[in-house]
Amino acid sequence: MVIGTLAGLFSGLFGVGGGSVIVPLLVLWLGYDERSATATSLAAIIFIAAFGAAAQGLYGNVNVLDAALIGLPAVGGVVIGTWLQQRLSARWISLLFAAVLVASAVELVLR
Amino acid sequence: MSAAAIAIGVAAGIVAGLLGVGGGVLFVPGLVLVLGLGQHQAEATSLLAIVPVAIVGTCTQDRYGNVRRDDALLLGGLSLAGAGAGVALANALSGTVLRDAFAALMVLVAAQLVRRVLSSGGASPRSSPAHDG
Repeated sequence: MVIGTLAGLFSGLFGVGGGSVIVPLLVLWLGYDERSATATSLAAIIFIAAFGAAAQGLYGNVNVLDAALIGLPAVGGVVIGTWLQQRLSARWISLLFAAVLVASAVELVLR
Repeated sequence: MSAAAIAIGVAAGIVAGLLGVGGGVLFVPGLVLVLGLGQHQAEATSLLAIVPVAIVGTCTQDRYGNVRRDDALLLGGLSLAGAGAGVALANALSGTVLRDAFAALMVLVAAQLVRRVLSSGGASPRSSPAHDG
């Protein structure tokens, strides 16, 4: 229950799915393994993101065209990513992704 | 411009499928830095873009038997009030504050990923010879 509320708040505030809150909490508090946690988190995110997008729509902030431009190619990407997850260690990808995040954060603030 | 947006979409999708995070956390900076949206618009648009990704990702994961449906429904249902509150809070903040908070979030997610890597495979062989190998 705490996980759900935290994840929702987080998702609505930052426009992200909330997976970065849900996954570690499912692992730490409910004893999920990594794969079940990411999978279950994705399923919960459908509801969270749809509701958050609808709420943001009321504020007139949603750009549907851009959402399609970035979201639809991502659908292809997520199939590839899920396929890869069953086959390789995410170790180096995690580290690379972490580096990309930090670099993007710096650019976002300095821009 | 569009090609770059599509590339970001594909990359974000791959990371989302692989790590279970990374849809929105890449969509938002992509929308701001590449498509030039404001922070509020980027976050709102990111939420909508996440929906199809999460649907397809869930169906794919479900085929591998990884989705615990009852917990997912419970989590999703419980989070709606929080999501509404979060959206209201985001719209009460200025774009600059929201942007800086988002940048901090990205660094935290990065730190979390690194910690996860270190704790999962990272037990030093020298520190615990009894469990070696």
